[in-house]
Amino acid sequence: MLLKARAFSYARPATIAEALDLFQAVGEDASYIAGGQSLVPALALRLQAPQTLIDIAHIAELRGITCDGGWLRIGALTRHCETLADPLIAKHAPLFHDAAPYVAHPAIRNKGTLGGSIALADPASEFPAMALAMGAELEIVGRDGARRVAADDYFIDLFQTAIEPGELLAAIHIPAVRPTHRWAFDELARRRGDFAIVGCGILADVRSEQIEDIRIVFFGVGNTPVRAANTEQCLTGKLLDQVAVQAAQAALADDLSPSDDEHTPAAMRIHLARVLLGRLLGRIAGET
Amino acid sequence: MTINLTVNGEDVSESAPARETLADFLRMRLQLTGTHMGCEMGVCGACLVLVDGKVVHSCLMFAAQASGSVVETIEGLSERAAIADIQEAFHQRNALQCGFCTPGMLMTAQALLSQPGVPSRDEIRDALSGNYCRCTGYEAIVDAIASVARARTAATNGCQVGEVAE
Repeated sequence: MLLKARAFSYARPATIAEALDLFQAVGEDASYIAGGQSLVPALALRLQAPQTLIDIAHIAELRGITCDGGWLRIGALTRHCETLADPLIAKHAPLFHDAAPYVAHPAIRNKGTLGGSIALADPASEFPAMALAMGAELEIVGRDGARRVAADDYFIDLFQTAIEPGELLAAIHIPAVRPTHRWAFDELARRRGDFAIVGCGILADVRSEQIEDIRIVFFGVGNTPVRAANTEQCLTGKLLDQVAVQAAQAALADDLSPSDDEHTPAAMRIHLARVLLGRLLGRIAGET
Repeated sequence: MTINLTVNGEDVSESAPARETLADFLRMRLQLTGTHMGCEMGVCGACLVLVDGKVVHSCLMFAAQASGSVVETIEGLSERAAIADIQEAFHQRNALQCGFCTPGMLMTAQALLSQPGVPSRDEIRDALSGNYCRCTGYEAIVDAIASVARARTAATNGCQVGEVAE
């Protein structure tokens, strides 16, 4: 089988403004490309066939990681391998750091970008879900300027986000974790590097062993990353003991409604989500 | 469009359509056929090359994106003897049969062994998770990489290099 992309023209802008102008000039039949680790296979399989590829990988404004006023700003072009290795991310946005080893394989991580992953919003991907778990704000730029969208309002539907055609995701803003925060990440996949059957990230504010606030996000269970709102509510204000964990596992059925697919019936996916939830809450409670 | 890049130390300037992958560019225009193409969708790892020092899939990148970059293929690594010890270990351990996946395996091995420390077998397996071999079953490949990891560490620690005990 030969997999070749349909012909397209290629442009490499040096600035965000130039990229936005190029997209405007081409119309909606253009596509931005950064790392291309999801887009290039889609082009090879001809699932997509844009007229023009606008290569944003050389735009310096989209790079850099800075911490200021309790927020970490991660440039959209930060590669997965950088997300894994960067000390600021490990310290302030630890769920990205913890999830990074599970994202595809080393060679993909050398090229794929955090912004690309979150802009694509594959519902089985780790980083979009962890952005939601950490309460990220997404900095989106268009010809009318920049805006910040809360992750809770950003994921709309399957591969559909608040990014409008022609707009670019410029940066991911994460509220830096505080000393009272605990977090845990894990996923269940058939083979290392495969998309997870189900995965989960939890960020909890725990004071005197009582949960003040908790965000629980699952991926691989629906059209978008899913916040387990009922489960969160069920745990808030509770001591994280065995009773609370079991109640949370029971509440999860009200949060997740996965569909059957060829390998995994919905009931199995919910069961695995419960297993994962129990493990992660156990880690947060300090058990091993 | 014109694509300018450095491949295995030589400046290259070639015209190619924008839709041509770096893998096709290397194989068809530069006759560097050591870069293999198995799946053309970033799954099998046979097409791995170094771009600006990082191992990437040459099937998941258009040559146009690599313009201005420094590329090294399996031919480059082999000819400057950077992986002679890994090649020898693969030979010694029978870590290949048909050899189709081997260029990608060697690329991954070199990237892993260029990092500090001696990788555990689990770390070697994790690094190889994006490289498919349909012949050997990986065990001998992990053995070969593990033996080079020990030998290289012994060499940098000033020990006698030779047969490394299991």
